[in-house]
Amino acid sequence: MYDVVIIGCGVTGAAAAYELARYDLRIAILEAENDVATGSSKANSAILHAGYDPAPGTLMARLNVEGNEMAFRIAEKLHVPVERCGSLVVAFDENDEKHIEELYRRGVENGVPDMRIITGEEARQLEPNLSEEVRAALLAESAGIINPWDYTLAMAEVAVKNGAELFLNTKVTAIEKGEHFTIRSSKGEKFETRYVINAAGVNSDIISELVGEREFSVKPTAGEYFLLDKSEGGRVSRVIFQCPNELGKGVLVSKTVHGNLIVGPNAVETNRGDTSTTRDGLAYVQRTALRSVPSIQFRENIRNFAGIRANTEFDEFIIGESKSAKGFLNLAGIKSPGLTAAAAIGKYAGELLRQMGLSMTEKESFDDTREVVRFKELSDEEKNELIKKDPAYGRVICRCETVTEGEIVAALHSVIPARSVNGVKRRCNAGMGRCQGGFCSPRVCRIIARELGIDETEVLEEKEGSNILYSRLKEV
Amino acid sequence: MREMTCLECPRGCQLTINEETLEVTGNNCPKGEDFARAEITNPVRVLTTTAVIESETESMLPVRTKDPIPKKSMSAAMKAIKNIRVKAPVEVGDIIVEDLVGTGVPLIATKRVLK
Amino acid sequence: MYDLIVIGGGPAGLAAAHAAWEKGVRKILILERDRELGGILNQCIHNGFGVKTFGEALSGPEYAARFEELVENTGIEVKTDTMVLDVDPDRNVYAVNPTDGYVTYSAKAVILAMGCRERTRGAISIPGSRPAGVFSAGTAQRYMNIDGFMVGKRVVILGSGDIGLIMARRLTLEGAKVLACVEIMPVSSGLRANIARCLEDFGIPLLLSHTVTEIRGDRRVTGVTVQKVDDKMAPIPGTEQYFDCDTLLLSVGLLPENELTKKAGIDLDPRTRGAYVFENRETETEGIFACGNVLHVHDLVDYVSEEAKFAGEAAAEYIANGERPRDSFSVTTSGGVTYTVPQKIRKDSGMKLINVYLRVNRKVKKGDIVVASAEKEIARYHKENLAPGEMITVGLPSVLLPVNSGSDTLNVSLEEIAQ
Repeated sequence: MYDVVIIGCGVTGAAAAYELARYDLRIAILEAENDVATGSSKANSAILHAGYDPAPGTLMARLNVEGNEMAFRIAEKLHVPVERCGSLVVAFDENDEKHIEELYRRGVENGVPDMRIITGEEARQLEPNLSEEVRAALLAESAGIINPWDYTLAMAEVAVKNGAELFLNTKVTAIEKGEHFTIRSSKGEKFETRYVINAAGVNSDIISELVGEREFSVKPTAGEYFLLDKSEGGRVSRVIFQCPNELGKGVLVSKTVHGNLIVGPNAVETNRGDTSTTRDGLAYVQRTALRSVPSIQFRENIRNFAGIRANTEFDEFIIGESKSAKGFLNLAGIKSPGLTAAAAIGKYAGELLRQMGLSMTEKESFDDTREVVRFKELSDEEKNELIKKDPAYGRVICRCETVTEGEIVAALHSVIPARSVNGVKRRCNAGMGRCQGGFCSPRVCRIIARELGIDETEVLEEKEGSNILYSRLKEV
Repeated sequence: MREMTCLECPRGCQLTINEETLEVTGNNCPKGEDFARAEITNPVRVLTTTAVIESETESMLPVRTKDPIPKKSMSAAMKAIKNIRVKAPVEVGDIIVEDLVGTGVPLIATKRVLK
Repeated sequence: MYDLIVIGGGPAGLAAAHAAWEKGVRKILILERDRELGGILNQCIHNGFGVKTFGEALSGPEYAARFEELVENTGIEVKTDTMVLDVDPDRNVYAVNPTDGYVTYSAKAVILAMGCRERTRGAISIPGSRPAGVFSAGTAQRYMNIDGFMVGKRVVILGSGDIGLIMARRLTLEGAKVLACVEIMPVSSGLRANIARCLEDFGIPLLLSHTVTEIRGDRRVTGVTVQKVDDKMAPIPGTEQYFDCDTLLLSVGLLPENELTKKAGIDLDPRTRGAYVFENRETETEGIFACGNVLHVHDLVDYVSEEAKFAGEAAAEYIANGERPRDSFSVTTSGGVTYTVPQKIRKDSGMKLINVYLRVNRKVKKGDIVVASAEKEIARYHKENLAPGEMITVGLPSVLLPVNSGSDTLNVSLEEIAQ
C-alpha cells in the first residue's frame, strides 16, 4: 500500500514528489511516457516569471511569486542551469503603456520585488536590439530563465534517490475508490494507495473524471516556437515580452540557458497531444517577434516546436481535493506560470495532504543533492583528471555542444536513466545544437544500444514506437 | 532521336542519338559516343553497394563492380551480394566475387579493413 | 611546436598536409575527430570521384585511400579520435582525445579543413509534427553505409542536392521505395549525371518547384504533404499531394562548418559562409589557411584536393619565408556571378597562375566569365553549360593583373551569349 501515488511526472508531479520525499511516506510516481518531462514541461518558454501577470489574490499570483524564489534556490542546489536575467514587457502605444502600468500595480500587490517602468530609451540602453517603436517598458529584475526539463528531472531524481518509486510507460486507465484507491495501468499493474495526486497536465481532467464528477475540462491551446542558433543567442539578454492585444497573447523573445534564442509562442486551439507546428502559426510568431526585436535572423533557426497549455474554463490553477473523492488531490489546469510556480505548488500540495489527514513526519535524512558532470564547463585541469579516470570523457560525440561519450554513458546509467536519443539529449545536450544531431545521432544510437544491451533497431528517438532504424541491411 | 545525359564523367554532356543511324551529337569527347550507343543497345552501370564483413572495426565493406555491368543484372547482383560474408583483412581492390552473376565482371572491395 | 597543424583529416586536410610535406615541411600534425581518416568520403561508397585527379571514377573510400597512402608514406603525424575545441589567432590549437586528454598544440601555420555540415529541418522550418524518420541525407547515408542499417521503406526526399540523389539510388537498390524527390527550385542543384543515373534510371519522379509543407506522424513519420510553389517559393493552395511514407530525407544544402574559424577571430564571407581568403587560401589572420568545404561548398572532391594543394603549398611557403605583403585586389562580382574564392588577390603573390573558383546564379548554355579592372577587361573565359550547382574554375595568369593601374578591385562577371 502506498501513502501517495502521483499521476504524471511533469514539473508539477516532480515538484510534488520532491516535496513529499522529505517525509516518511511510501510514494509512487506513475508516468505514461518513457521519460519524465515529455509533455508541456519540455516544450514551453523556459521562463521563470516575476509574478506581475496573475490577478492579485489568486493562487496563481501567490504561487508564482513564491515559486520564483524557490526555483532559483532549488536549481542552484541541484545544478540545473538557471539565470536571473530579468524581463521587459515592452509597450508600443498608449494602450500598451496603460497595460504595463496595470501590470506594475498588480506586481506590487503580488509582492514582486525589483520592478520599475522605464522609457523606450532606457529600454534600448539595456537591450540595444530592441525596436525603435518601443515607447516604454516594465522591467522586472526577478524574472529569469531555466532549463525546464532538467529542473523536472532534478526534482524527480532527488525524490527517487530518497525512496520514491518511479514507474515509466505506466498509463493510468482506471481508479477505484473504496477504503483506499486502487489504480490500474494499461500494462495491467495495480497500485493501492491512501492518497492520489493528479498531476496529469493536459490529461488532468480525464484522470480526475476517473474518480467522480467532471469539475473542469482542459481546453488545450498550442504555442509554437522557434529555437535559434547560438549565433543569435546574444540578440537580447533579458526576456522580452509584449503586451497581450486583440491578436492574442504577445510573443516573447529570450535567450535560453544554453545560449540559444527562443521566440514564441502564439496561441491556437488544438487537440490533446497534437504538438505539430503550422506554417501560418510560425509565420505569425516570426512576424510578431520582429516587432519587438527587428534584427532577429530567422535563417539561423535550428528547431521549431509546439507545447500545449493545459488551459481550463477557469482563469486559475485548479488545486484542491476532488469534491467527489476524499483523498484525491488535483494539481490541475497548471498553465503559465506553472513552471515558475511548480516548486511552490509542490510544497502547497504537501500542506493540503496534511490538512486532508495524511500524517507526515520528516525523514531523519533527506539527500537533497545531485551530481552532474558537464565536460565543457570544467577547467582544463579538471578535464584532464576526468579523462585520466575515464577516457570516455576524452571522446567528444556531439561536436556542436561539446558533449563527451562519458556524459552520454552517465545519462544512460543515472538515477532516472535516459531511454531514448531525446532522453540523452535532455540529460546532457547531445544533439541539441546547430546540426540537430546530424553528426552525433548515429554515434549516440550506437552508444545507447551498447549500454542498454539492445539492438540498434530498437533504439528510440523519443516515445515508444519512435524507432529510428528500420532493419539491418543484408539480413538473410 | 533520343536525348540523354552522358554519365562517363561529372561534366554530364547532353547527348542526342539518332536511333537508326546511331549518330551521336552533343558529346565533347569520344567516350560520349560510346556511351550513347551502349545506352540504346545494352545500357551498363557500375554498381556500388556494401557487403557484410566480419571485422573488429567495421560492419559493412564498401564494394563495387570493377567495370560496368548491364543495368538488367543490377537486381540479381544486389541479391547475390546480400548473401556474401567477407572476412577481414581486406585491401582496396581485392576481388570479392570473381564473376558477379554471370556478367564476367568481378566485384571488388573499395576499402581497406585490417582486422 | 609544430610547423603545421591541419584540422580535419578528410580529403582537404589530407591533400593539404601532403602538399606541405612535398614542399619540405616536416613537423606536420593532422587532427581528425573520427576514428579514421577520410572524412565524409568513407560513407560516399558510390563512384565518380577522381575523374579529374586520377582519370578514374573511384568510390569515395578508394579516393580517400589514395591520399591516405600518400600521407602514410611521409612522416606526417596523425591523431584520430581527436576533437579540436578551440583555435586562437596565435595558432594555438586546443584539442581533446581519450589518450592524451585535453592538450594545447602550437604551430607556425594552421590549415582549417573541417568540411561542412548539412542544413536541417529547422533551418527551413518545415511545419508539422516531430516524429522519428526525418533524417538529413548524409546522416541516413552514414546509418546505411557505415553502420549497416536501413532507415526506412517508403521514402520521400526533399531537395535534389547530390547527396539526396545518391541516397535515392542507394535506398532503391537496398529495397526501399523512393516515392519522389522534391525540389523547391525550378532547377536541381545536383549534378546532371546524378539526376540521370540516380533518379531517371529508377523511374523516381523529380518534382521541381515543389516542397514539403507538412510532416505527419506521432512516433514515426506516417506521411508528408507536398505542394507546388510559386515563383516566390510560397506554396500554392490547392496543389497538395499526400505521400504515405515512413521516412523523409532532407538534402537541403550544406553549410561550411566554421565555428572554430569564428573562434580564431576570422571574418566570414556571408555568400560562401567560409572565411575571406587571399589567392593562396590564407585567411585574414596571418598563418591560418582554409581549404575544402569549410571554405566554400564544392560539388567535386577533385576541386577540394586541388584547392587543398594550393593551401598546403602556400602554408609551406609561409613557414619558410613568412607573410607576403598584403597589398591586394578585392574581387567583386556582378552579372550573375554569386561569389569567388579567393576574395582577395595579392598584387605580388609569387604565383604564376591564380586559381579562381566561382559560381553563377542561373543555368546558361553558353557564356563568358569576364575579369575586369576599372572597367577594363583583362581576361575572358568561354564556358558552356553553366549551372548554379556546378562550380566554375578559371586560371588567371598573374602577369595579367593590372598592378600599376591604381585600381584595387577586380570584377568577375558572367556574360551570357545569346543562342
